[in-house]
Amino acid sequence: MNVRAFVTEATRAGLAVALACGCVPDNVAFGPARSAADAAAPTLLTKVEVADAPWRTEALEQHPASIDGAPAIIFRGARLLVGDGTEIPVGHVVVVRGRITAVGEGPGEAPAGARVLDVSGKTITPGLIDTHSHMGVFPMPAAAAHRDGNEMTASTTAAVRAIDAVWAHDPAFQRALAGGTTTVQVLPGSANLIGGRATTLKLVPSNTAEGMHFKGAPDGLKMACGENPKRVYGNRTQAPMTRMGNLAGQRTAFLAAKKLIAQWEQFRVTELQRQTQHRDATQRFAAETKDRETKRAACAQKTARARDCRQWEASFAKESPKPPEPLEPRLPPDRDLGAETLAAAIEGRVLVHVHCYRADDMTRMMALADEMAFSIRSFHHALDAYKIRDVLAKRRISVSTWADWWGFKLEAWDGIPENLALIHASGGIPILHTDSDEGVRRMNQEASKAMWSGRHAGLGITDAEAIRWVTMNPAWALGIDAWVGSLAVGKDADLVVWDRDPFSVYAHAERVFVDGLERHQRGAPGRPRSDFEATP
Amino acid sequence: MSELSRRQALMAVGATVTAAPRLAVARIAIVDATLHRAGHPPLEHSVVVLAGERIVQIAERADFTQTSSDRVIDGTGKILTAGLVDPLTRIGVAEIDLEDGSHDDALVTKNAMRAAFAVADGYNPASALIAVARREGLTSVGVTPTGGLVMGQSAWADLIGDTPEQALAQKSLALHVLLDDPTLGDSGLNRASALYRLRALLEDARTYRNNRAGYHRAANSEVGVGKRDLEVVVRALEGKLRVVVHVDRAADILNVLALAKDNGLALVLASVAEGWKVRDALADADVPCIVYPLDDGPRNFTALGAREDNAAMLHAAGVTIALATGESHNARKLRQEAGNAVRAGLPWPAALDAVTDAPARIFGLDATHGSPTVGRLANLALWTDDPFELSSRVQALFIRGREVSLRTRQTVLFERHR
Repeated sequence: MNVRAFVTEATRAGLAVALACGCVPDNVAFGPARSAADAAAPTLLTKVEVADAPWRTEALEQHPASIDGAPAIIFRGARLLVGDGTEIPVGHVVVVRGRITAVGEGPGEAPAGARVLDVSGKTITPGLIDTHSHMGVFPMPAAAAHRDGNEMTASTTAAVRAIDAVWAHDPAFQRALAGGTTTVQVLPGSANLIGGRATTLKLVPSNTAEGMHFKGAPDGLKMACGENPKRVYGNRTQAPMTRMGNLAGQRTAFLAAKKLIAQWEQFRVTELQRQTQHRDATQRFAAETKDRETKRAACAQKTARARDCRQWEASFAKESPKPPEPLEPRLPPDRDLGAETLAAAIEGRVLVHVHCYRADDMTRMMALADEMAFSIRSFHHALDAYKIRDVLAKRRISVSTWADWWGFKLEAWDGIPENLALIHASGGIPILHTDSDEGVRRMNQEASKAMWSGRHAGLGITDAEAIRWVTMNPAWALGIDAWVGSLAVGKDADLVVWDRDPFSVYAHAERVFVDGLERHQRGAPGRPRSDFEATP
Repeated sequence: MSELSRRQALMAVGATVTAAPRLAVARIAIVDATLHRAGHPPLEHSVVVLAGERIVQIAERADFTQTSSDRVIDGTGKILTAGLVDPLTRIGVAEIDLEDGSHDDALVTKNAMRAAFAVADGYNPASALIAVARREGLTSVGVTPTGGLVMGQSAWADLIGDTPEQALAQKSLALHVLLDDPTLGDSGLNRASALYRLRALLEDARTYRNNRAGYHRAANSEVGVGKRDLEVVVRALEGKLRVVVHVDRAADILNVLALAKDNGLALVLASVAEGWKVRDALADADVPCIVYPLDDGPRNFTALGAREDNAAMLHAAGVTIALATGESHNARKLRQEAGNAVRAGLPWPAALDAVTDAPARIFGLDATHGSPTVGRLANLALWTDDPFELSSRVQALFIRGREVSLRTRQTVLFERHR
């Protein structure tokens, strides 16, 4: 019995989105695809099915297992900074159909027909990943028409999505790729307490954001604490004007999401009851009908006792022969895109990224997360993270920050260059982010500065560990570590060939591959890629 | 005038400073480092001797005779350069950008013409930014005004001293004009409008110079500026005060070159994103350019042609270039930015020149500042390695002959929380 059978015209509109894709199982989550066995599980027709909450049934594109047309390549002779904290002094990487099929020491074995690239003396790293970008939503050139990153019409705009604003022809994208960055999370700005949904993109040429979208990557939720929201709205004499107002706004928004979750639970329970009752009544009616027909037949054929037949006919006359009418279904709760996004965040389907500078602001956000039962995946900017690094490490909250930005506002006054190194030393999850279309072109340099600041301060950090700050750790923060972030068999062939030690200021990303396709080669003709830079 | 204040006054005009004679001046000898100077090959096993505020000897190790009172600093395996100079910062006048009460970098007025405003009036030698910049090898900065079309006069600060008088080597370094991205300033002007008003201002100043007594603002001034502003513009007209024009678009650069030529201005260009397009004209006019090395890509409609090898191309064409970060808190990135200029094709010696000697030459302070030279102020940085490389750091820093602390508010925070 399918829920569709019970949907009346009145409810169909409300459930349209929920039911738009009947193929999506209600337990779909981000991460690796479900196993084949799960996908093939037979539907029990007798099972009562109830529409799920919309945020639980959002279609997630499957991450492709291979890329048609991507050539087989073997890279030989390079130093490999693997991304998982290890290093192979001289090794090989094999790529087939856009996926890494072998990584190891020595020359390795070339698949038949593979292109052999001798990259001796060079260094290969995974493609670099930035957890914090506004490329596409604040694109080049700076222009009034390009201010698409901050929906500053209300302090809470959880309903908006960065992907709806990303301009795929932002000339900054190709420059980031040329610097070795292959994946970025594009977030709404930080004017709002809850800015909306972030999206994760691969830096491949496309006319659309959808064409760049990292298939299978969960959305992020952008939140902000501290000065920005209270300044933007306080200057308009609107809420929030203080840090108190910030928290009140965020708590209120999450309470609305929790209410929506409760409404959906209530709806599901009552729907379940209604459908169960109807199913039982229908089954009962069918059983009774069958029983009646059996008895009538028995009486007609004189195989039943006459006394029984008299009793039965008396009871048949009293009972209605009509089948049970289904009870009117209830309307599902009203759609609320913002609350649904926050509900998805509570359920871990959307990963929470919080712009926060001061230690006490971060602590308030952790208290909010505890109260509302969501997890914070990463604090962004987080200049004070070093002061509470033990707490952040224990809670597995990653720290996305710069190498050296500080002082541009009061909450950024205590930034120190050793921040990332201290997070690393305390067992936390350090991530070098850029928040800058300039910085994202040289994430290797920024990571290098953070690494050397730590080394000079006596904190031992290997190159192999520091490269994690721009590869595996951001991949984890974005929920895409099953597919990218390290040179590992089965992962996407997103990798960079550096002409020298990538921690040198003079290093160039000589070749950049995304999904096994060479997307940048230093000095090769072809720039520009953006339509905006087309010149006669 | 006391001896001390006279020295300070002399210091303020920079070029004419002479060390006051003293007995038993303490000497510091930095020995065995590889010395890099603009226009010279590297000098290995060098000896640089500092006495008082100045460099008194540069020699090879073999030619050096140590005196008993010398303090010797071992530079073995190290690199010695002039201290770095970022000519376009707001260090000392902007503590926290978003806190209005913490900066003094602009004249508070609606008027776009602010020639008489001298940012030196706001310089705070106790700024937390100073030590942070020093830690990464900066010894001097240009302190620039912001806001308006004619933004005011910049200053040259050495990153030492307890008073503005001690720190400021030049209080009226140059007159700054913004003919660039209007979103950067509050002049609210487009380029054509800016040029129109600029010409009018220069006309007014010429009228004023010809008849100071008969000048009346209402009757004679199209742009409505007063005598205090005009006095400053007259200095510019007479070539006594350099004019820094912040400009990006190639056509605008050519317009500014013509304006400067017509009016006899001592012109310096800043930002100059599309300078590479008109590099021959810049070289012919012998106009120095201060460039942001990380400027690449069409960041706005006046810089559609911005590219990372701009500095390299200008240098190759024979233009004198200096490099700037355009930052204040992170002016410390200057060495990284210079490294990026090298990465984009600028020869390493030219990059070193562009962050040490060129700023002093461009602003006429080369008698006292710039590449290490006997007689100049001892502003020196001793590096563990290539100063542009991210792995290197400052081992010791000297400003006006004194070794300065490399501690900052940030190193203290690190120690408190480590």
